[in-house]
Amino acid sequence: MVKKIIGQTYIWFILLLMYLPILVLIAFSFTESVNVGVWKGFSFGLYGDLFHSKETMVALANTLIIAITSALVSTILGTLGAIGVFYSSKKFRKAFEFVNQIPVVNAEIVMALSLAIMFAALPSLLFKIDLRSYWTLLIGHVVLGAPFVYINVKPKLQQMDPSMYEAAIDLGAKPHQALWKVTLPEILPGIFSGFLLAITLSLDDFVISQFTTGPGLLSAGDPKIVTLSILIQDKIKKGPIPPQMRALTTIIFLLVVLGVIGVSVYRRYQAKKGTSKRERRA
Amino acid sequence: MKSNRGTRFQLFKRKHLCIPYGVFLVLFIIVPILIIVYYAFTDDNGLPSISAFVGFFTNWSKVNVLITSVFVALQTTLLCLLIGYPLAYFLADKKVNKNAVLITLFVAPMWINFVLRTGATRDLLTWMGINGGNMPYLATLIGMVQNYLPFVILPLYTTMLKLDKSQIEAAADLGANPVQVFFKSVVPQSVPGIVSACTMTFMPTMSSYVISDTLSEGKITLFGNYIYLDFANNLWHDGSFMALIMLVIIGISMILTRNSGKEEKEGGAAW
Repeated sequence: MVKKIIGQTYIWFILLLMYLPILVLIAFSFTESVNVGVWKGFSFGLYGDLFHSKETMVALANTLIIAITSALVSTILGTLGAIGVFYSSKKFRKAFEFVNQIPVVNAEIVMALSLAIMFAALPSLLFKIDLRSYWTLLIGHVVLGAPFVYINVKPKLQQMDPSMYEAAIDLGAKPHQALWKVTLPEILPGIFSGFLLAITLSLDDFVISQFTTGPGLLSAGDPKIVTLSILIQDKIKKGPIPPQMRALTTIIFLLVVLGVIGVSVYRRYQAKKGTSKRERRA
Repeated sequence: MKSNRGTRFQLFKRKHLCIPYGVFLVLFIIVPILIIVYYAFTDDNGLPSISAFVGFFTNWSKVNVLITSVFVALQTTLLCLLIGYPLAYFLADKKVNKNAVLITLFVAPMWINFVLRTGATRDLLTWMGINGGNMPYLATLIGMVQNYLPFVILPLYTTMLKLDKSQIEAAADLGANPVQVFFKSVVPQSVPGIVSACTMTFMPTMSSYVISDTLSEGKITLFGNYIYLDFANNLWHDGSFMALIMLVIIGISMILTRNSGKEEKEGGAAW
C-alpha cells in the first residue's frame, strides 16, 4: 500500500516535471506578453497572430510536406529492402543489416555533416555549385526514417508462415501477385508502425535538416527551405520563444493528446478483440 | 515440375527487391562516411596529411571540449538512470500502475518538436532565475535530462516487464530485506536494460549541440558544437576529423554493448 502511494506520487511528479515547460507555454498562449511569466490579461490574440504569421505557416507547410514525402519514400524503400534481404543469403543479410544499423546508432551530427560535405562542400569545390535543395533535404530525412521502417517490418516477416507464399505460387499466383496479396497484408502492421515512426522522426528533426536544406522546389527566391525546427531554432537563438509559437505549442499539444487517446483506445480495442477470440475458442 | 521451371526462368526474384534500398544505403550512408574519412586525412591540396589529427590533439581547447562533453554526457546518463530506474520499476509494477497509457505519456513529449521543447525549458528556467548568464552548466544539465529521460525509461521499462517475479519472491521468502532484494535480484536482472539505456543517452548527449547552445546561451561548448562550427567556417578537414573521432567512440561503445548482450545470452542458456 505504501509502495503504491510512493510509486504513484513519484510517477505523477516526474510526469509533471517533464510536461511543465510545455504546460507553461500553453498557459501563456492565452495572453499577449512577450515573455512567459508576464500575464497581460486573457486573450486569443496569439492564435490570430499565428495564422497571420506567413513565415510560421510556410515553415509548417514545409515541415508537413517533408515529413509525409520522406516517410512515404522511407516506407517503400525500407519495406522492399526488408522483404528482399529476408530472402537473401545469411552473409548478405548480416552485411546489409550492419549498414542499416549505422544511422540508427550514429550521432545525428556525424550523418548530417557527412551528407552536407557530399551535397555542398564537394560539389562547390569541384563545380562551384551547392547541390542542396528540397531533394537533399528529402534524402536526409529518408536516411533518418528508412532504417526504422526496415527494423519494424523485419519481425513481421519472421513471424509470417512461409508456406503461405509457397501455397499461393503453387495455386498459380505470379510472384508479384503472391507478394501483393499474401505477403503484404501479413506485414502491413509493421509497415504502418514504421511509417508512423518515420513521420515522427522527420517532424522532430533539426540537425539533419539544418545541414541538408537548400533552395525550394519552385521558389528561386528562397535561400533555403525553412522547416519549423529551423525557424524556431533561428528565433530562440536571439531571444525567447516568439509569442505566436506558444499558440502553436498548444495546438501541437492538443494533437499529441488526441494521439495518446487514439493509441489507448486502439490498445483497448485490440485487447478486447484478443479476449473475445479466446472466449470463442473456449 | 511446373513450379521448378517457373523458378529457373524467372528474372524476378524476391531478393532483388532490396536493390533500391541497398543502392540508397551505399550512396547516402557508406559513401558520405568514406568522404569524411578522406577529408580527415588530407589537406587542402588533396594530399595525404595528418594535420587535422595533429591539430586536434595539440589544440588544448578541442581536447578540453572532448573531455567536457564526456563529462556532461556521463552526468546526464547517471542522472537519467537515477530518475528513470525507479520510475520504470514503478511503471512495470502492476500493483502501482494498472494502465499502459502512462508509459505512452512518458514517450509523448517526443512528438512535440525537439527545438520547441528545448526553447520551452529554457524560457521556464529563465523565468525561474536559472539562465545561461548565471548557471549555464546547471541549465544545460536540466535540459539534457529533460530531453533524454524518455530514452532511458523505455528500455528500462521493457526489461522490468520481463523480471523474474518468482526469483524476487524467493529472495524475500528466504529472508532478504527489501534493499537486498533490490540490489541482489532486481538490479542484476535488469542489466541489459541499463546498458541499452546508457547507450541511448550517452552518445546523443555527447554529440548534441542544440540543447547546450540554447540553455547555456552559448557558454558551454560540446563536441557537436565544434563539428558544426568547423563546417560553418569551411574547416572541413578539422570538422571531418572530429566527426571521425565521434564515429570511433560510437563504434567502440557498440562493440562493448554487443559483448554484454552476448554474456547475457550465454548466462540465459546456462540457466
